[in-house]
Order: sequence, then structure tokens, then C-alpha cells
Amino acid sequence: MSTRTGGRLHGLTSTGIVGLVLLGAVILGTVLTAIEGRNFFSTGNLRDILTAMSILGFIAIGQTLVVLGGSLDLSVPFVASLTGVVSGGIMAGDTGNVLPGVLAGLGVAAAVGLVNGFVVSVLKVHGFIASLGTGLMISGYLATNYQGNHGSAPSSFRMIGISFIGPLPVSTLIMLGCAAGAVLLLRRTRLGHHLYAVGGDAEVARLSGIRTTIPLLAAHVLCSVLAGCAGLLLLARLSVGNPNVGSQGQYDLMSIAAVVLGGTLLAGGKGNVTGTIAGVAIFAVMDNVMAVMQVDPFLRNVVRGVVIVAAVAVYARREIDRRPARFERPGVLDSALEEAR
Amino acid sequence: MSSPVSTDVAQRVRTLPAHARSPLGRFLAAATTPGGAVFVLAFALLVATVIANPNFGDPGVLIRFLGRTAPIAIAAIGQYYVIVAGEFDLSMGAVIAAQVVIAGNYIGDDTGRNVTGLLLMLALGAGIGLLNGVLTTLLRVPSFIVTLAMMLALLGLVRYLSGGAADAPPNDDFRQIGRGVVEDVPIVEVIPYPLIVLVVLAAAAVWLMRRPFGRTLLAVGDNPAAARTSGARVWWVTTRAFVLSSLAATVSGILLVGYAGVHPTVGEGYEFAAITAVVLGGVVLGGGRGWVLSAVAGAFALELLFTLLTVLEVASTWRDTVQGLIIIVAVAFAARAWTVGRRPSTTAAPPDSPGRTSGPSSTTEPTEGPTTGGI
Amino acid sequence: MRRTPLKGLLAGAAVLAVLTACSTEDPDTDAADDTTASEEEGGGSEEWFVQADYDEQMAQMDATFSGPEDQPWLQYIDGPTTDTAEFKTNKPMKVCFANASISNPWRQTGWITMNQQLEVLQKNGVISDMETRDAGDDDNQQIADIDYFISEGNCDAFVISPNSTAAMTPAVERACETGKPVVVFDRGVQTDCPTTFIHPIGGYAWGIATANFLVDNLEEGDKVVALRILPGVDVLETRWAAAEKIFDEAGIEAVDHFTEANPETIKSIITDELTKGEVAGVWMDAGDGAVAAIEAFEDAGMDYPVMTGEDEMSFLRKWEETGLTGLAPVYSNFQWRTPLLALEMIAKGEPVPTEWVLPQTPIAEDERAAYLEANDGMPDGHYAKFGGEDLPGYPQVWQERQMP
Repeated sequence: MSTRTGGRLHGLTSTGIVGLVLLGAVILGTVLTAIEGRNFFSTGNLRDILTAMSILGFIAIGQTLVVLGGSLDLSVPFVASLTGVVSGGIMAGDTGNVLPGVLAGLGVAAAVGLVNGFVVSVLKVHGFIASLGTGLMISGYLATNYQGNHGSAPSSFRMIGISFIGPLPVSTLIMLGCAAGAVLLLRRTRLGHHLYAVGGDAEVARLSGIRTTIPLLAAHVLCSVLAGCAGLLLLARLSVGNPNVGSQGQYDLMSIAAVVLGGTLLAGGKGNVTGTIAGVAIFAVMDNVMAVMQVDPFLRNVVRGVVIVAAVAVYARREIDRRPARFERPGVLDSALEEAR
Repeated sequence: MSSPVSTDVAQRVRTLPAHARSPLGRFLAAATTPGGAVFVLAFALLVATVIANPNFGDPGVLIRFLGRTAPIAIAAIGQYYVIVAGEFDLSMGAVIAAQVVIAGNYIGDDTGRNVTGLLLMLALGAGIGLLNGVLTTLLRVPSFIVTLAMMLALLGLVRYLSGGAADAPPNDDFRQIGRGVVEDVPIVEVIPYPLIVLVVLAAAAVWLMRRPFGRTLLAVGDNPAAARTSGARVWWVTTRAFVLSSLAATVSGILLVGYAGVHPTVGEGYEFAAITAVVLGGVVLGGGRGWVLSAVAGAFALELLFTLLTVLEVASTWRDTVQGLIIIVAVAFAARAWTVGRRPSTTAAPPDSPGRTSGPSSTTEPTEGPTTGGI
Repeated sequence: MRRTPLKGLLAGAAVLAVLTACSTEDPDTDAADDTTASEEEGGGSEEWFVQADYDEQMAQMDATFSGPEDQPWLQYIDGPTTDTAEFKTNKPMKVCFANASISNPWRQTGWITMNQQLEVLQKNGVISDMETRDAGDDDNQQIADIDYFISEGNCDAFVISPNSTAAMTPAVERACETGKPVVVFDRGVQTDCPTTFIHPIGGYAWGIATANFLVDNLEEGDKVVALRILPGVDVLETRWAAAEKIFDEAGIEAVDHFTEANPETIKSIITDELTKGEVAGVWMDAGDGAVAAIEAFEDAGMDYPVMTGEDEMSFLRKWEETGLTGLAPVYSNFQWRTPLLALEMIAKGEPVPTEWVLPQTPIAEDERAAYLEANDGMPDGHYAKFGGEDLPGYPQVWQERQMP
């Protein structure tokens, strides 16, 4: 998992660099927040950042798995919304229905993941198109059948969204637990290793005897289930199932951006969940600081865009630097790694 | 009705249309690839629409329909260049939105600014494309991320500077480009200007794809390493594809501001619509394969589908679902058909490079060199 | 590999299935479409037509409004008031504003007006500062914003423009629990804890005024195309719920489409509807994009429809230019001033209406010229009844759409 650097950049792993960027963001955030006369590390502010991390975090963990496998999932916002309305509908404000509600919601999410995984790994449709398609299908279903909020979460279930242990929201802890699970999956299990192999080069993986469909299918199912978890958390926070809540958060593109910001290769095969969580944290800190500074909402997107490209460019540059010296052709940057062969 | 043809396609697919020798051979080959099947799909949708409501068979109605599809078809042509090079351009919608605001706020009522405004918009479009391309190729940031960031930044900047929306539409003279028609044409009554623009750009695209640039572009998308070895300046070829894409979005914006006027939502979703049109046209994400006119046909198929839904009075909320279903089915079909067409070794994801066993999955990123492993 | 031709066949068959599905789907969805609010499948989904609310708003349309004649943003219908003696203060207040978004021209116009009002109140020493958090149309974000204000904002008063009704209720209740005044405006919440809830009469009143206008100007059996922005937003759904009921009763054939206010979509839909047959009327649940609808008639060489738009400048201008039979319903944009003025009253300890219903009067043809003149030079996305003529930045700030 830890990507070995070839000497140049102080032996830092890509996760190390993401960590440094995050540290820089926190320091800058502390200064800027102080200028506004606020305390970055106050309980309320930390809660704001960590809560913002929890929902995008769930989705980005799943997205990392899918991206590592060389695919993409654009259907996550719609899966989150669908889970919310399905679970909320079943719960209908009754604590006794929480478990069936959660199971049904996650079951639906898993089914969507299964469809995505099947279309990608068996029908060989690019993940972009497969998940764009399923996302659209769910979106149409939601718009047709749920004209407005649906169902309601009982107060016991809502506690997940508003409980804290010190400054730590329970929801964020659950998200971090899922992240730890994903890390273990990738590091310690055969499935995880195979996922890297398939994402790195499906053909080579196949030739080395890996059944390429299984890891990709599993990654898609897990991604959808995690998006479902995000949907459940949104249900807890909103107290009603909102059929548009996923699209409101732009979780599809932002989760992919967080994954790449976390140092995972978009082409697949290399990266890790730790980096993704750091990427999510960078977004959360950035948004928090801009909100504290009351930056114009339109201008915030400009800052987001610039930061995404700038940060990813740092890692991408590193990829190039890492090449053994004999393959370098100074001035012709586009001579990529393939030349090494 | 399309089913027998489709079977045919799956069995007889051979090779890229552009590689076939005689014009006739090329035509036949094209009609049986996924890129050809989209024409069948578009035709079937057209027939279905006309059956559902015969008024749509009227030549005057049809030609106007073709005219209004021009913006999305032109966007699809632009997206085609980028996709065939193995990249994405998600910034198209934002480019259109930006151009619409410029048309409204810079040109406005002042007809004297029509030409300078037009040049300014084209220059800006080219500049955005250049930036996308350079960030993707030289800085090696994946184009998905570059153009996503460009989308965020551009939309944010335009809305920040304009206070959310353009003040007013540009003058009627300028809007004629997107709204006007050639009058008194026999049979079809009128020819909308946007359709003429589309035909010119499509012809230019076909010509361009036969030029060395087009062939190199396909080669770069198919296998960047091989293209580089054979002496192509990969970064410059790819960058030009981005410039063409942004220019296409600019032209779409110019037509749309004429057709629809100014509103913050103009251009919204165009990036996904254009990508959908391109893949409906059998062009493979990941690059290297596909015919530019199929992308145009894909745009028509998509718009026809929406029109058919309107005609059938299907609740407009189902639009998304049908669109989602049809792109998955079409692309699954195309993936199968292309796989049959290419002989050995490609059971893996579409962008595999034949003949080189350890070939990279041809997205932007270089695959790992000797020093790296996944784990 | 050998099985691929078979799969190709299957895929081909699937394409065909999709095509046929389109047509078989028709009667089913059509029926569902005709009965907006009756949701068989949704079970507990929100129902958008509530007879009691409809009747109430119908009555409010003819109600007498109290308050200064020339300041509609301070007018209200007499009713229960909230005693605000406990909030009385001489100290300038720090106001915390949780805004849903400024993502559409209506909200942008209101946001500009609100900031102008803020300047005045800052000068008068009523408000020291207003801190704003913009949720970008995201419920979850707005909940976080309100919670942030509660713990970190040092707020003396809360102003909340909810992104949606039910979801924002718990967060608003938490704000109320701080014991500070809470002012909610535009969309409501499902709790009566706020000090005051400010809103124009509402969606049903919009639907009633517009649908009655169309019914009066059309014949039974005429076709109306209803252009709606998006499903699931209460202030928009109630507009259509009321209009659809009236169309039904009057025997008007109404077909509704969602457009996301995108003029390209609007123009395509109208063009297709015109190809299918005559369209006598156009109804909109919000006026942006109205011009595209009118231009679709022009380009098709058809007579102008009877049409309802909104008090957005682009519609008013096009309406005058074409001379079509129309009405500009209003969802009073001047309500963006009222929350801060309500805070001024609260600081003085004056009672405020618990539910502050502002007037909502459509602009009819005979008033159009006056509004066009008063708003001369304003951008197309400006709203005629923005109510900021007496504020210091008038008119440049609105003309240039200057936001803070």
C-alpha cells in the first residue's frame, strides 16, 4: 500500500505528502480563523469540520475502492438519496423500525452496487458510463416517486447525527471505523490485493490467475453500501428522507476529487484510504475556513478548483520526478513512464 | 425493429471505418460498427416519434429540430476530440455558461461589438482549452480532475463577476446566429443557421480526422507509448484536442445565447450530455476508437429520445431513467461489438492496447515504472 | 469471446425493449402525472394539496393588510403576535443569517436588497454586524451552519431562510432553545418556536391567481403547458397543486414539464408541444425562462399564448414588447427586507406578528408600465417588486448586481 518513492522527494510516501498538505491547511486555517477573531480549535469549529467530513468521508472511502479497481462511481449521490427515502419510509418515525429500515436501505444500496459492478466487470462498460447511467435511472425514479420529503427518522436514530464524544461527532467516529475496515481490507485480505492488481492492469492480473470480475464487483458493492451509510447519516441529520439530498452535496464529483487529492491514481491500482480521508479533511478545513471568512459563495468554488488542481499537480509532478534518471529527457515533460519499457 | 440489424452488427464488425479502403467499403464497415448502429438507433427513434405524432414527419419541423440539436451536436464533436485522445472534458457546460454571460454583458445592445465580442469569446474558449490541455499533459493532472476544477472555478468566477447572471441577452443581430433561418427554401421551408454551422463544423471534423492530426490523435488515444515512439508530440496533440473542445463549447454557447437567451442555467449539464452523445455514438471512453459523425448521430439520438418522451407525454421526471438505461445498454452493446472486432487478448477494460501485453491502461497517468508495484 | 455474438443479440434486443418500454410506459405514467399529489407508491410522501391551506390562502388574497401603505414589506395580516419585551435592547445586535443559497436570480435580488437594508440598520445602530453562512442549496450544510452559529457565532439574533421545511425543523428548534430571537422567512419550518415567520401569502395564492387568470382568458378544452422548475420544493409544488386543481375543474387540459428553468429546455418543450397541436396557454411556476417560452411561439410562427410569468424584468419587458395577454404573479421579493426590520422591532421590544403574512399581489397589464419605468435600467434577472427604492444604494447596486 505504501507507495515507495524512488529517492527524490525526501522519501515521502504520497500519503505523507497529503498529510503535509493537510497540516499546511490546518495551520493556514488556524491563522485565518484567528484573524477573524475566532478559535480554529474550539469545540464548535472542530465539530463543524468533523461533521462535514463524515458524510463525504463515507462516500469517498467507497469511491477509493472503486477507483483503485480502475473504475468510477458517479451514482453515489443518488444511492445516498435513495437509501434515505427508503429507510426513512420504513422507519416512519418508529424506533422499532430502525433496524429493518437500515437493512432495507443498505440492501437497496448493495443492489445498486451489484448492478454497477455487473455492468462494469461483466458487460465491460466503462465505470463512468455505467454509474452515470444507474445514477440517472435512480434520479428519475426518485423524482417520479418522491415529490418531496419522505418518511421520518425516529429521535433515537437521529441521535447518530447529533451526538458527540467531546468534540468528536459519533458519525465521524463511525466513518473512521469504516475507513479502518477499508484499510484492513486493502492491506490484509486477498480481495484487497487483487483489487490493486486489477486496477493496476486488468490483463496482467487476469494472466496471473486472478478472477478480475470479483474484486471489481465487490468494490462497487462496498462503494454503494458506503454511499448508503452516508444516506442513512443524512437521514439521521435531516430527520426526513430527502430525495435530492445527495445531489445537493455534489458528492459524486467531490468524492472523486477527494480521492485524487488523497493521492490515489485515477487510473487505478495505486493509492490508499488514509490519503482519501486526509483529502476529505482538506476539503472540510477549506470549506470551514472560507465560511468563517464569509467568502462569497461563488468565489469559494474558484478556490476549490484552484486548490484541487494545484494539490494534485504536486503529486503528479512527483510521479514524474520519481523516474530513474536515465529515462529523463529534460524539457520534454510528456515523455512519460511508458518509455521506461 | 432495430434488432435484426443489431445482430448483424455484432457479427460483422471488423475494423475502424477510417481504416477501410474504398469509400464503399468504408461506408459498409461504418454501418455495421457501434458507430454505425447509432444511426440506426437515431433513425428508429425518429420513426417512433413520427409514428407517435405524424406532425413530426413534416420537413419544416424536422429541419428545425435538426437546427435546435446543433448546439449539443457541436459540443459532442468537441468532446469527441478529447475522448478519442483518452481524456475527458467536464468543463464544457461552464465554458458555455461563461460565454453566454460575456455575450450578454460585453456585447449586449451594442451591435458594433458583435465581431469583437465573437473574437473575444473564441479567444477565451481557446485559452481555456489551452489551459486544460497544458495542465493535463505537462503537469500530468488527470483531465477528469483538471476539467472538473475548471468547471468549478469558471462557473464560480463568472457568477462572482456578474452577480449571478448576465444582465440582458445580446442584441438581436448577434442572436440571429443561433436563432435565425434561411427563408424560402423549397421543401424544408427554412434552414436554421445553427444547422449550417453544424454541417460546416462536422465536415471540418471529418476532414481534420483524416489529416495527420486526426490520425495521431487516434493513435495517442489508442496507445500513447506507441504514438510517442513513432515520433508524435503527444502533449501538443492532446492539448489541441482540448482547445478544439473548448472552441466547440464556445460555438455552442454562441448558438445557445441566440436560441435560448441568457440565464444562469444555459449550458448546465452539457458536459454529461456531450459525453453521453459521444459514447452513444460508439466512441470508446479511454480513447483510440470512434467516428466523429457517430458522435453527432449520438447527439441526435439523445435529443430524439427526449422529444419522443415529450410526444408520448411520459412524465418528464422519467427522462433521466430512460436516458440512463439507454446509455448503459448502448455502451454495453458497443463494448461487446468492439471486442468482437478486435481479435486477440481484449477481454479487459475497453482501453487496452493490443499487441503489447504489459501495455498501460491508457488514461492520462503513466502506469508505474519498474520501481513501483500496487502494494 | 465465443459467446459475444449472442450477447450482442441480447443487447440489441434490450435496445428494442427500451424503445417499446417507452411506449408501454405511457398510459401508466401519464395517469400518475395527472394526479400530482395523490401518491400511491410514495405512501407517506408529502402531499402537496392541502385543502385547508388552499382555503386559507384564498381568503388571505382578499384580506386587509395592516401597516404603512407605501411599505408593503412592513404590512401584515392582523393575527396573533409574539411579545418581544424580553429581547428589548439598546445595544446593536450581532445577527447571524443562515441562508439557503443565492443560486437563482430571485434569491440574488433579495440578497442585494437585504444587504442594503442591513447598511441602513447598521447606521442606525440597530445591528452591529451580520454574519452570513450560505448553504449552497444543501440541507445538510444548512443544519451545520445553524449549529455553528449556535456554538460559535456569539449571535444576538438568528435569521434563517430554510433550504427545506421538514429537514430544517430540528436545527431551528435548537436555535430557539438558545433563548435568542429567531426570525424565519421564505420557506417555513414545522415548529412555531421562531419569534416570527415571515412569508408572502404563499404558493396556493400564486396558483389561484395564475390559474384563474388563464381560465378566464381561455375556453374549456384549451390546452395549457405548465412549465415547472423542479419537483419536491414546497413553495413551488403548492403553486402547481392549486393551479392544477383549478385547471381540472375548469376543463382546461394542462400538461406539466420540469425544466430546471433552463431556457433551452423550455424552448424545446414548447416547440414540441406546438408541433403536437395547438397550445393556448402557458403557465409557469416561476418566471425565469419565460422569454424562451414566448420566443418558441415566435419561431414557430404561432400566435402568442395567454401566459403567466413572474415579475422578473425579462418577462415584463417581453410581455410589453409582444402585447400578449398575460399576468405577472409575484412571490414578493421585498420579503428579504422584512427579517431585519422585524429585528429592529424586536430590539425595541415591540410585538411582531407570530406569522407575518406579507401581501402578494400580481402585476396586471395596467400596472406593467409603471413597474417597467420604476425599474428602468435594471438587469433582466431583477424582480420588479424588490422593494428597495428608498434604500441608499438605489438604483446602482441593483443595476450592477453588487453583492457584498
